[in-house]
Amino acid sequence: MEWETVIGLEVHVQLSTESKLFSSAPTQFGAAPNTQANIYDLALPGVLPVLNRDALKHAVKFGLAINASISNTSIFDRKNYFYPDLPKGYQISQLDFPTVGKGSLTITLEDGEEKIIGVTRAHMEEDAGKSLHEDFHGMSGIDLNRAGTPLLEIVSEPDLRSAREAVTYLKKLHSIIRYLDISDAIMAQGSMRCDANVSIRPMGETELGTRTEIKNINSFRFVEKAINYEVQRQQEIIQDGGRIVQETRLYDAHRDETRTMRSKEVANDYRYFPEPDLLPIVIDQAFVNSIRATLPELPDAKKTRFAKEFGLNDYDASVLTNNRDMADYFECVAKSSGDAKLAANWVAGELQALLKKNNWEIKGSPIQADRLATLIARIKDNTISGKIAKAVFEAMIEDSSNVDDIIEAKGLKQITDIEEIAKLVNEVIANNPEQVEQFREGKEQVLSYLVGQAMKLSRGKANPTQVNQILREKLK
Amino acid sequence: MIEKTVAEIAVALNAGDISSVELTQTYLDRITQFNGELNAYITVCADSALRQAKTADEKRAKGSNSPLLGVPLAHKDIFCTNGVTTTCGSRMLHNFVAPYDATVVEKFNDAGAVMLGKTNMDEFAMGSSNETSFFGPVKNPWDTKRVPGGSSGGSAVAVAADLCAMATGTDTGGSIRQPAAFCGITGFKPSYGRVSRWGMIAFASSLDQAGPLCKTAEDAALMTNVMAGLDKKDSTSIDKPVEDYTASLSNSLDGLKIGVPKQHFAEGLTAGVEQTIREALKEYENLGATITEIDLPNNHLSVSAYYVVAPAEASANLSRYDGVRYGYRCEDPADLEDMYKRTRSEGFGEEVKRRIMVGTYALSAGFYDAYYRKAQKIRRLIKNDFIDAFDEVDVIIGPTSPHTAFEIGTKTDPVTMYLEDIYTIAVNLAGLPGISIPAGMADGLPVGMHIVGSDFAEAKVLNVAHQFQQQTDWHQHKPTAFGKEN
Repeated sequence: MEWETVIGLEVHVQLSTESKLFSSAPTQFGAAPNTQANIYDLALPGVLPVLNRDALKHAVKFGLAINASISNTSIFDRKNYFYPDLPKGYQISQLDFPTVGKGSLTITLEDGEEKIIGVTRAHMEEDAGKSLHEDFHGMSGIDLNRAGTPLLEIVSEPDLRSAREAVTYLKKLHSIIRYLDISDAIMAQGSMRCDANVSIRPMGETELGTRTEIKNINSFRFVEKAINYEVQRQQEIIQDGGRIVQETRLYDAHRDETRTMRSKEVANDYRYFPEPDLLPIVIDQAFVNSIRATLPELPDAKKTRFAKEFGLNDYDASVLTNNRDMADYFECVAKSSGDAKLAANWVAGELQALLKKNNWEIKGSPIQADRLATLIARIKDNTISGKIAKAVFEAMIEDSSNVDDIIEAKGLKQITDIEEIAKLVNEVIANNPEQVEQFREGKEQVLSYLVGQAMKLSRGKANPTQVNQILREKLK
Repeated sequence: MIEKTVAEIAVALNAGDISSVELTQTYLDRITQFNGELNAYITVCADSALRQAKTADEKRAKGSNSPLLGVPLAHKDIFCTNGVTTTCGSRMLHNFVAPYDATVVEKFNDAGAVMLGKTNMDEFAMGSSNETSFFGPVKNPWDTKRVPGGSSGGSAVAVAADLCAMATGTDTGGSIRQPAAFCGITGFKPSYGRVSRWGMIAFASSLDQAGPLCKTAEDAALMTNVMAGLDKKDSTSIDKPVEDYTASLSNSLDGLKIGVPKQHFAEGLTAGVEQTIREALKEYENLGATITEIDLPNNHLSVSAYYVVAPAEASANLSRYDGVRYGYRCEDPADLEDMYKRTRSEGFGEEVKRRIMVGTYALSAGFYDAYYRKAQKIRRLIKNDFIDAFDEVDVIIGPTSPHTAFEIGTKTDPVTMYLEDIYTIAVNLAGLPGISIPAGMADGLPVGMHIVGSDFAEAKVLNVAHQFQQQTDWHQHKPTAFGKEN
């Protein structure tokens, strides 16, 4: 039987705010345990929450970016459960009246098709702390630094049909969030986390199958692997005549498998009710408009513009707009160098490879956009060849001085002086009588060998077009 | 001197008739003498009180004369006090030393008041007799076999027996007004949101409100002047200017329209209380007020609605007491679940556990609509009753409690105990200001009169109470065993 996979993602994003969702404690990652938890985060008796306006702005900004409805009135609720790293014994979240309502975003599938993925809602809530089970000799430690960090939970419709689609959606979401600068969205650090609801059904069936929820997936790659594993598992169960149990499963990256965490039968009753310590959030149009005014050009719009303005093909336009810093960098190089095609090749090629190899952010790149633009300009004005440019590029990583100075100092400037090239050509002719003879007998292809010899002799600096031309003249 | 009101003490301090240190020492001596019997205080802060008193005297010598400077007060042990044990009347917090001050505490500190200590209360403010305290029941100074009311029973007794000049309390369903009535003092619950809840240990967040317990409406006005105001740390506090509540105390009541709810003079009201309140209403007629009977048709639903909403909120508010970070933790827990279960079973008393169970049930899947949602609807109906009533009258007056103080240990059925607050609970559900003042005596025990105003009509309520106290001396009656200067 042919099966259809149905996936919906719940993505938690830590909003970048200086302080927590309901307290003034800082939110920096990686501080010593419990140094970023104040009396509110510790849930001492008598403390009360006060909403962080920046978190609300971030949430609204996200909503506007995916063309979602922004609720005039949204309400916080208490979600009750006991856990040692949940200090109050309840999490403040939003159940029936989230700040961000229905929206959507468009993803590009592998075959180039575009597909619209619905976003059901996005709501604000506080993060929990962390329980640490190692190093405490049979006891557990609690670190409340993360407790109360603002999260935006973005819930998609079950519109995704494969693990690949899920990852594409997740990457698009990541791209938009980074463009908006509302979160670091680093999966490895947990500032972006993904739960996947997965079910399968016979192709053509319209009812949804029983789903499982996979938690704790912390990289794009694992999202794909976990879903693929789960789809396979579900198919095998059904084909063996079994039934899928609705449950929460954990993805174990080491073993590349999912396993039962808790089944629905023993699931918590969270006893949600409206948070009496906070008033409903009332958002007026003026507030929404003020946030709308801060929206940057988003990846889709930028891609279209790049394709049009710089004549980029779809692939280049896509690659160069995935990341806002990359797009800004490219745009700067393209404009200053005056050659968008070369700029695209260099940014998407050499530069991208360099960053990847060293695990650098583009903002911290040792080769800034203006320097790369100068390098490209020197290719264009024949100061250096494309090949030499690569050597200059290498030199620029270590050497922060002016691009022209590097070319000069390293003696990498292209030889364009006819006398000098003629001298090289003469030497090549003298050293290769056999090949010269062959060429004169009509063996055209020997010429490229001779040009190569001349280039080698010049250590790549000679202008290859000129070498070719002079060689031909001399061999007439 | 101990029989003086806060207003009179301020005059005496200003005149140099007495120093704050002397006055503080007098109260501390009385606490030493009588607290063993009355059990009004859980914690007494003698050293820090005398230090604060000395500072107050120094400030006054330098020309400062703010009304509460150097006046000794007691805080209900529900307010967090920096460096001082804050128990909330519970074993769960018997060892909890708060690392911060509640906003109310901070405001009294800033006003220069002297904190004598922390008063006894029903555990987590859940009770109407002060019998649920982990630290034992508080005794009514009018008859020590009787309860003082609750949950702010310790504060009420401390004021009534002159173990302080004034005290703070909190009122979720009547917890300031009912003990004030039983102890023959003045107790005022301002509108919800008027006083910050920051640092006040939560029972039912949408109902809890702090207020003063003291000898007169004038003192209540002086205290409310200090307590009221917007607090950025409490999102439910109101951004509304704070009036000088003493300014309108002397306003004439000529033409005042008083509504008397027929539901508050119905079955269950004892004859002595009814007669006392009817007499008191005549005083108002003498002052030029007119009395109209009014209808609060949904009043009979208030206790039921309250005992869904309050326990529901409490069930979540009290989840933080899990033995993980502070407070009581059971001995040698076998595992996490064992720690939770035993910590909470051993740390909480019966009434608290009962309400957590009730609240948890009311919020559970499948019951939410039938209980919590319905209770919230009733709450709106009750509020609407009051809005309609205040279209016709300026204040609503009735008895604070159906009877006078009852004997300790006589109300063992929880529902009977819940009916204690039958006249006061609706006021919390509607978020209105309400005061209880002494209106007379029945069978040798004080009777409280309940005056309720519309939203944020604090000044009006205090004015109406003050004018009664200008005509009568019930607020000056003292329990003979403890009321005299020794």
